[in-house]
Amino acid sequence: MHRFANPARFLKIARPLTGWLFWSGLSLLLAGCICGLFVTPADYLQGQTVRILYIHVPAAWLGMAGWTGIAVSALMQLVWRHPLAAVAGRAIAAPGALFTAICLATGSIWGRPTWGTWWEWDGRMTSMLVLLFLYLGYIALANASARQGAGQGGVSNVTAIFGLVGAINIPIINRSVVWWNSLHQGPSITLRGSSIDMALLWPLGLTLLGFSLWFGAIVLMRMRAILAQNKVEARMQRLARG
Amino acid sequence: MKAKHQRLILALVALVALVGAGLLAASALRDEAAYFYAPGDVKAKGVEPGKAIRLGGMVVKGSLKRASDGVTMTFDVTDGKASVPATFSGIAPDLFKEGSGVVAEGSFDDQGTFIATNLLAKHDERYMPRELEGMSYNETTRELQVER
Repeated sequence: MHRFANPARFLKIARPLTGWLFWSGLSLLLAGCICGLFVTPADYLQGQTVRILYIHVPAAWLGMAGWTGIAVSALMQLVWRHPLAAVAGRAIAAPGALFTAICLATGSIWGRPTWGTWWEWDGRMTSMLVLLFLYLGYIALANASARQGAGQGGVSNVTAIFGLVGAINIPIINRSVVWWNSLHQGPSITLRGSSIDMALLWPLGLTLLGFSLWFGAIVLMRMRAILAQNKVEARMQRLARG
Repeated sequence: MKAKHQRLILALVALVALVGAGLLAASALRDEAAYFYAPGDVKAKGVEPGKAIRLGGMVVKGSLKRASDGVTMTFDVTDGKASVPATFSGIAPDLFKEGSGVVAEGSFDDQGTFIATNLLAKHDERYMPRELEGMSYNETTRELQVER
């Protein structure tokens, strides 16, 4: 991994990769959304309401995958002192928070017609809300430490430790519907198979992959922006010193 | 030992301690963080009348009766271990029906009937087209079978 510690080498790969991820992700997620809206049949119980699944599930997955990415980059920053890890953690935070918020919003909109409530404090919903607050805390901490001039545009070690500690919430979110009685139903897709019928399942594969590629493109864009910002700041400092 | 290895060991020890603490907290919360009581829990532990709780389970098939006023309904809630009678007057969610999951908010009266003030429908993890509705679902193999 330290081969990519050199930002120039990283940028050489990241620059073309951004476009590929962005456009392939966008076309896959649009195809998935269109198929999910117009091609698949309605659910036997929920009717048309079930179609929000094609946004809700990828958003939940990316909210959790985002924090897992923050935790992995925090580990790489703290243990191996990888210079890009700190930048990656910072880059993941905002889109991760956004997708967590999308998951909560679509879940709330979905809950009203099916369960009969916008919000209930059950294990799944509460732990997902905690994830959103963790993201906001991480972003605030990252911004606060950057202003004090820590690291090259990345997050401080304190922020990385916060990212690592917050990872404990990820298995809790995943297991919340198994450990505790909850209003949210149990997992549909497990290692033993899927209880979503194939007729309804396949567009979910498209949107899951599409949103994930798109997420990757957003993270790469933000990493490149942070690295460019570093360059500007370094140059300004050189000029100021004259 | 290199500083890198020291940091790795420190991080791993911290992570193990953290996961342990998290699991301990989660298992301690197992009962407290439950969103609802199942009828079996009510029978086993006993819930005093008048205490506001949520009761969750399946609506027993054939038990749902609507009163002549059109808004009051009575039904039995079961979790397979025990069954308790419940009554509710108001507008139930569309998904509320016999053989389906329900979470009722309210309290027990002195006769042991659950007086619900609000009903929430709880659906399971299955999604399928309408054509497959008549098929039954095998819990262990997670497959759909044609009902005979």
